[in-house]
Amino acid sequence: MPRRDDIQRIMVLGSGPIVIGQAAEFDYSGTQACKVLREEGYEIVLVNSNPATIMTDPEFADATYVEPLLPGPVAQVIEKERPDALLPTLGGGTALNLARILHEDGTLERHGVELIGADYDAIARAEDRDLFRETMAGAGLRVPRSAIATTLEEAEAARDGIGLPIIVRPAFTLGGWGGGVASTPDEFRTVVARGLDASPIGQVLLDESVLGWGEFELEVMRDRNDNVVIVCSIENLDPMGVHTGDSVCVAPQQTLSDRLYQELRDQAIKVIRAVGVETGGSNVQFAVNPATEEVMVIEMNPRVSRSSALASKATGFPIAKIAARLAVGYALEEIDNDITKRTPASFEPTIDYAVVKWPRFAFEKFPGIDPVLTTHMKSVGEVMAIGRTFQQAFAKAMRSRELDAPARLDDVSTEELLDRAAVPGPDRFDIVLEALCRGASPADLHARTGIDPWFLEELAELAAGPDTPPAANRTFKAVDTCAAEFEAETPYYYSSWERSTASEVRRGERPSVVILGAGPNRIGQGIEFDYCCVHAAMEVRASGRDAVMVNCNPETVSTDYDTSDRLYFEPLTLEDVLGVLEVEEPEGVIVTFGGQTPLKLAAGLEAAGAPLLGTSVESIDLAEDRGRFSGLLAQLGLQAPAYATAHSVEEALGCAGQVGFPLLVRPSYVLGGRAMEIVYDLDGLADYLTRHATADPGREIFLDRFLENAIEVDVDALCDGTTAWVGGVMQHVEEAGIHSGDSACVLPPHSLGEEMLQAISQQTRAIALGLGVVGLLNVQFAVHGDQLYVIEANPRASRTVPFVSKATGLPLAKLACRIMLGARIEDLDLPPEHRALDHVSVKEAVLPFDRFAGTDPLMGPEMRSTGEVMGVAPDFPAAFAKAQAAAGAGLPASGTVFITVTDTDKPAASTVAAQFHDLGFRVVATSGTAQAIARMGVPVTTLNKLGEGSPHVVDWIERGDVDLVINTPVGTGARTDGYEIRSAAVSRGIPCITTLSGGIAAARAIAAARMGDPEVLSLQEIHARVDGVGAPA
Amino acid sequence: MSGYVLLEDGTRFDGDVCGAVRPVTGEVVFNTAMSGYQESVTDPSYAGQIITFTAPHVGNYGVSAQAMESDRVHARAAIMRAAVNREDAPGAERAWLDWLQDCDIPAITGVDTRALVRHIRDAGAMRGGVFPDSVPEAEARALVEAEPPMDGRDLAREVTPAEAVLLDPLGAEAGGDPAPSGVGPRIVAIDTGIKTSIVTNLRQRGAFVELHPCSATADELLARDADAYFLANGPGDPAALDHIVGTVRELVGKRPVFGICLGHQLLCRAVGLETFKLPFGHRGANHPVKDLTTGRIEITSQNHGFAVLGPGGERTMDADDPVRWDTDFGAAELTHLNLYDRTVEGLTLLDVPGSTVQYHPEAGPGPHDALYLFDRFLDSIRAAA
Repeated sequence: MPRRDDIQRIMVLGSGPIVIGQAAEFDYSGTQACKVLREEGYEIVLVNSNPATIMTDPEFADATYVEPLLPGPVAQVIEKERPDALLPTLGGGTALNLARILHEDGTLERHGVELIGADYDAIARAEDRDLFRETMAGAGLRVPRSAIATTLEEAEAARDGIGLPIIVRPAFTLGGWGGGVASTPDEFRTVVARGLDASPIGQVLLDESVLGWGEFELEVMRDRNDNVVIVCSIENLDPMGVHTGDSVCVAPQQTLSDRLYQELRDQAIKVIRAVGVETGGSNVQFAVNPATEEVMVIEMNPRVSRSSALASKATGFPIAKIAARLAVGYALEEIDNDITKRTPASFEPTIDYAVVKWPRFAFEKFPGIDPVLTTHMKSVGEVMAIGRTFQQAFAKAMRSRELDAPARLDDVSTEELLDRAAVPGPDRFDIVLEALCRGASPADLHARTGIDPWFLEELAELAAGPDTPPAANRTFKAVDTCAAEFEAETPYYYSSWERSTASEVRRGERPSVVILGAGPNRIGQGIEFDYCCVHAAMEVRASGRDAVMVNCNPETVSTDYDTSDRLYFEPLTLEDVLGVLEVEEPEGVIVTFGGQTPLKLAAGLEAAGAPLLGTSVESIDLAEDRGRFSGLLAQLGLQAPAYATAHSVEEALGCAGQVGFPLLVRPSYVLGGRAMEIVYDLDGLADYLTRHATADPGREIFLDRFLENAIEVDVDALCDGTTAWVGGVMQHVEEAGIHSGDSACVLPPHSLGEEMLQAISQQTRAIALGLGVVGLLNVQFAVHGDQLYVIEANPRASRTVPFVSKATGLPLAKLACRIMLGARIEDLDLPPEHRALDHVSVKEAVLPFDRFAGTDPLMGPEMRSTGEVMGVAPDFPAAFAKAQAAAGAGLPASGTVFITVTDTDKPAASTVAAQFHDLGFRVVATSGTAQAIARMGVPVTTLNKLGEGSPHVVDWIERGDVDLVINTPVGTGARTDGYEIRSAAVSRGIPCITTLSGGIAAARAIAAARMGDPEVLSLQEIHARVDGVGAPA
Repeated sequence: MSGYVLLEDGTRFDGDVCGAVRPVTGEVVFNTAMSGYQESVTDPSYAGQIITFTAPHVGNYGVSAQAMESDRVHARAAIMRAAVNREDAPGAERAWLDWLQDCDIPAITGVDTRALVRHIRDAGAMRGGVFPDSVPEAEARALVEAEPPMDGRDLAREVTPAEAVLLDPLGAEAGGDPAPSGVGPRIVAIDTGIKTSIVTNLRQRGAFVELHPCSATADELLARDADAYFLANGPGDPAALDHIVGTVRELVGKRPVFGICLGHQLLCRAVGLETFKLPFGHRGANHPVKDLTTGRIEITSQNHGFAVLGPGGERTMDADDPVRWDTDFGAAELTHLNLYDRTVEGLTLLDVPGSTVQYHPEAGPGPHDALYLFDRFLDSIRAAA
């Protein structure tokens, strides 16, 4: 059956900001879908609040709305654009839930919008636990014994029928969020209470535990003719009990016999049919008891998922692309296999290599958290590695993780290692390898961990030495979906050590440019850098050269084989990259678009003779070496906050006085502000140093004068070495001291005068030329009174490049790439620097505190956000309100605001209180703050502090009597009142603002929201209104 | 111990010999399935062949009696990238390489199997051998030269039973039909190397199955008063089996005939169609085959080196149409088409009862999508009775 002609305009929903459990994989799948649907001639209306995505680039849709993924704004877009169909299966759980709500509230029916890909009933059968159970039972499939509870009492009544241990899963949450395993009645009560709270429908599922069973996933596709294929099997090395997103996984499955594997295959097919996903991809998860061969169906996702992105990268079978085509009427046999170009998609990929996925964690960012893995996903990113053997793939995946600090196990006794291996943690396999290396037996480790002996035996061999055959050569093999049965047309390669020398890399005569990607997503280095790398690839291709991508992150658009002319799925280490350069002999190598990952390789690559493009290693060093950079600033006549570098605790305490308090302290070479703190006096500094410096004697400690209450400004600029051009100036909403990655920011700046803006541009240009930047430059300034201070300069793509590009309509990364390939600024036909924009864009960070119960949900100099959203509106308050809503912290329209602030903030607190009072809010505060507010004549109710007896402030929050919290922190950490207040707010899902400037912005935003919803505008409309845009594409 | 694979065109791939250490020759073919190694090497259709496994790890879950497709290993040798010899897997009765050694089957691991497969894909399946380094290459070359080519080779006689084997239907405890409807049909098979999974599938559906030596005459077979005839899978070139083709010719039209793999080729030759050698065969568990009678696509288990020519003598079919042949027994219609290379995968005789498929609906190893063909076959027997 060919393409459907009865629909013309299709709405695609993205997945919103990167959060734990929903990451860049949905940019990859959504981008693929938009590409093929446009190829098929459909008009695409896209909604996604995440500006750092490729899918929200204006050229991927006919109308792109950067709007909150909430029923209201999406309904507004539907009303305006009148799509014929809605495709909700490519934007993760967010899009699927949104489609469910839009169906239930009648929006879709009212506007005649058809759900394609998965209909409402199929979504309900897969996502509603009760219905899913019934559906599976109807298909004759075994699922764990289970019960549904909506109250603690119901749960307790069901407990004995199921038997402890019991797995608790909340309905309709991302990545199993809010669930857990309970082995005792006490644990059971705690986990159930948390789960009920986490579920948007107040429902938890209690499951018979299959802890310790093998965990397998099958990626299934079905077309409208009811043909079903299995794209890939995935086996988790960690047995059941660890969320699959947190498990080390291998594809294809390794330990099941053909007989048992075919049993899973049969069951997976029954599942997709029973749930009724008529067209598209689904993921089915199984638990298998290896001893008894019992199989249970655990869950199914009736949509493209993280696992399907992994399966696509692991096999070369583009699930999202094919799912999109199936949704508009094609059958599998009518779609070509992209890789072979001569066989249809109605087949099952077979692979002649092993793929290992390894999650990337960020526990170090959240002190106070037990780094234990459970059914509640905690990883922030992942890497994938391909090798001809499991051992080769595993070793590659390990080095792809790019850990800030490798696991230190030398001093740990073998006994302790074995004990630690029993509890799944982020370093579990480092521990297992170390234990094996010291002679622990696979059998013993199997008994302690439940990890299948096959893996432990392989790891024991790996621990004994690298898996390279004698006289091995590095060869490059192709990923071809068919184990070499047909010639692969798509150049997607991985390296392998082999006895033969047969490399399969095929290339034509065109010169190539190698782009080094950003590696795993982690806090501090997210999808923004992948966005820049993808843009570099587009620009390199446009220049007539071959774009060659090297990356190891399966979630990304950059590792789509369509993005470049050749893709090397390889770790980003010097050795691995040099291996690629040896076969590519490129004209140039781009290291400045993928964040710190490739930048760290720059010196080594240059030393090895690699032709780096753009800003030189020398310039990078000039910007990164504090001494040299401060010399440059002095030479340019620019001011920077006083600073000192110490090499010992004594030296640090000694020079603190000269720099002056407050101080911003951090160890050298950190990513995203790791271990960075503000201290106000010598005692605070001493305390910091005992906590951090002692761990690493001899390492440098940076002390910076902290400019309190300064306004921070971020600038992204282009420079060709002789001319510089400022692409965007962003003003942070939160004051200096909050990591720039966590702070909301506004473009154009909302409270900086023309003179200051000119000074910012002028200083940016001076720095760009002083450093000799060729490409992108990001400068951070602090405006303190009428003084401008340079905080730092990074001669590379920054986190804000995609946001600036979306806000201004100018693709900064592409322009920078053009410069790196030899263009001059004057060739680029750029508009004037400070153009008048008739809209305001706000970027807001999305923080993962709800995932890490026990950590202080507080912003500071250490970055903790996982992603970002953008709000666009005619004015700042409305844009800010949109950004807040998109970030999942929707501001209340009315109710009670609770304010408690530090002494220094007390005078200003009354201003905020007055604004909320004027908006009709009830203002409540603790005694000190209440007095300050009352003094200004604002009515306020005084609440008890924690120590003052019940009902105290936390009782108020927990009872749901507070709708908004404004709390500026005095110090951090457990057991302070502020910590208890913030934690209570986060766990109840109440927006919690930790800066006064944020509070003021919130009040203005609430006022703006009262004026009604602003008109929704597509990026295409917004950009068309900007003068001078249109030349560069 | 080091060793190597040598192909008849002189191409050499190094590795480490394992299993039984001795020189061995045969036709070097490759199988792209990701599991089911034991089923493959015990499949009699691999007689005379050396299997290159494209999946890197082979032996992961050991071997067990349950996975035997015949009473012994038929493949001459196994070529692997990373053989695994462990018996600690749940359900394993013996470790893979130890078992190969017990069975006196040579194997080699550490080979760049992908490079080898690409070579065969481009140059075609060819003779070759696995040799320990102690065998000089010149000697190995002579041994490979001495190996008869697969074209024109009658291997059925080597794998057929010495005398007939009579088997009853399987009870419910062995996965058989729990409520057999009356006395099951008697299926008389010419055993050119039948796989156990085929026999099991027939017996589970209530059939009495007789496995006859391939030298059985038509009269002998006709005397068995069969409800249907079954033509089994098996090794070698169908064009070299005129003695069986002649027998089959006598059976056609008397009772329904069903054939799988070699049996499909034999029935086709018996009604006057031609077979040809594929460049490197179909061996794997992922080929899409379209059932032209329903439009459904099934993922199939495949193991054959020869195929049936189309009505106009063509090797591949352009359209998904149920084209017809004129045969010596009336019309035949294409029922199954390989969507990978568009070769014939199955047909039905329209004027006499008979149908055949080229692939392996019994799986063992591979997907179960085509098990329905056994139901169709049994239904057609019951309908004819």
